[in-house]
Amino acid sequence: MTGMIAAMDPADPPRLNAPAEPSPKAVPPHDHALSTRAWHWINLVSLITLFMSGLMIFNAHPRLYWGEYGNRDEPAWLAIGQQAQRGYLEIGGARLDTTGVLGRYSDSDGTVRNRAFPGWATIPSDYNLADARHWHFFFAWIFAFGLLAFLIISLFNGHIARMIAMRGHEWHPRNLWITIVDHARLKFHTAPGEAYNPLQKLSYIAVIFVALPLMIVTGLAMSPGTDAALQWPSMLFGGRQSARSLHFIIAFSLMAFLLVHVALVIIHKPLTLLRGMTIGNRA
Amino acid sequence: MSDKHPSSIITRRALVGSLGVAAGGLLSGCDALNANPGWRDTLRLAETGNMAVQRALLGQDGLAREYSPRDIGRSVPANGTRTPADPDYRHQAATGFADWTLAIDGLVEKPTRFALGQIRAMPRQTQITRHDCVEGWSAIGKWTGVNLAALLDAVKVRDSARYLVFHCADTLRAGPYYESIDMVDARHPQTMIAWALNDELLPIGNGAPLRLRVERQLGYKHAKYIRRIEAVADYRLSYGGGGGYWEDAAGYEWYAGI
Repeated sequence: MTGMIAAMDPADPPRLNAPAEPSPKAVPPHDHALSTRAWHWINLVSLITLFMSGLMIFNAHPRLYWGEYGNRDEPAWLAIGQQAQRGYLEIGGARLDTTGVLGRYSDSDGTVRNRAFPGWATIPSDYNLADARHWHFFFAWIFAFGLLAFLIISLFNGHIARMIAMRGHEWHPRNLWITIVDHARLKFHTAPGEAYNPLQKLSYIAVIFVALPLMIVTGLAMSPGTDAALQWPSMLFGGRQSARSLHFIIAFSLMAFLLVHVALVIIHKPLTLLRGMTIGNRA
Repeated sequence: MSDKHPSSIITRRALVGSLGVAAGGLLSGCDALNANPGWRDTLRLAETGNMAVQRALLGQDGLAREYSPRDIGRSVPANGTRTPADPDYRHQAATGFADWTLAIDGLVEKPTRFALGQIRAMPRQTQITRHDCVEGWSAIGKWTGVNLAALLDAVKVRDSARYLVFHCADTLRAGPYYESIDMVDARHPQTMIAWALNDELLPIGNGAPLRLRVERQLGYKHAKYIRRIEAVADYRLSYGGGGGYWEDAAGYEWYAGI
């Protein structure tokens, strides 16, 4: 990967023996290190599985609270339910009719079910809290160790410093504003020698260093066993139910990131980017 | 941009289309995997890992958080059995549990049947703790009862006893309720047989007259309506082998620390 910057850097002096041929070590732009490619797909599978089994777990008690405790006798800031044959989503007292998707929906065979999230969005697709928990905790291990391994390798091999660390000038508000305007016009370009523009970098930093680790810590804060051993996670978020609410909010933020991420890949350079994240463009 | 690269339109359509197919296949595939015994055993490796890590972090006596009286909420909702329908229990409840006894037997030197009055007269301990249900909700309440380790010492539990099985008076759809814990949790300083909640005798919904508090695990481990505690070498030989009603009936984890 060091070859990439060299190949793209206009200040790089031309090689004497092979001026036209790229060096065999040079990696085409958009290619990623093997560790990054492996983690990317392992992480995708674990995040999708965690999200869908998480929706089933949420179905067991589709209400969210702030603070240390919360139950059916306490006020909820978010609730999904059903009343008079209609499904609803209630946030901060405002109620939306969500019949057909949230609260009440019809199965593929036409059976009407009262459930917060519909079967097509959950693992398993029928109501089964025990099984959803088995899926969730198994993939939580893969997710957590995958993230840890990726972070360690990427910090050591320079991936993070090279590709997603923000340079000083990139923080300049004018630079950031230009990137935001360009993104809104679906015009994407990166500065010479850079893999990503500042907006991309900030997104990856927010996901890799904030959102993903917070999923682990808010998850651990909900566990009575972990909470007895390490009280700081749930204290940090203002209580077990606050941690549960944040776990839910960050999970949906990650899904929003995933949708935007996939949309941008599709409208930008789908084949090149997909190859770069799988077999590489040299293959 | 797209009109310059017609081939990439197909690519995009193909991508979007294959994403749709993948989503449909993903779900039915997950349900098929969910029914596969080998896959289920693989998933359940997580429980072993969770227990090993939590026990290493917690040690024997790591304490669950205790709260102040002003943290107590509106209620500790009753879940599972709210009113046992069993005739014997109904009779006991109608007479104020005057004849209720708690037997402790199995691998013990002195099998004993304690009267409810005896239990309530024993040195009591009180703790304000958070009850976490597997469904996701929590409630804070003040529990008063007798330390379980003190009861175990009174009946002299044998060294061969590795688990306690709690036999309960309530019967659910799949059979009688029961639970089991190992000796680490049994002898934990906060583990108790509780007989009062928020300074009142236990309400029926919360397990009157006697229930277990095992503070570092989820609510379904906290057996209610306890009639008998049996010290055993292996909980897998009792009832359905899962170590608890919900473990047998629905496949919940035996170790419920997470």
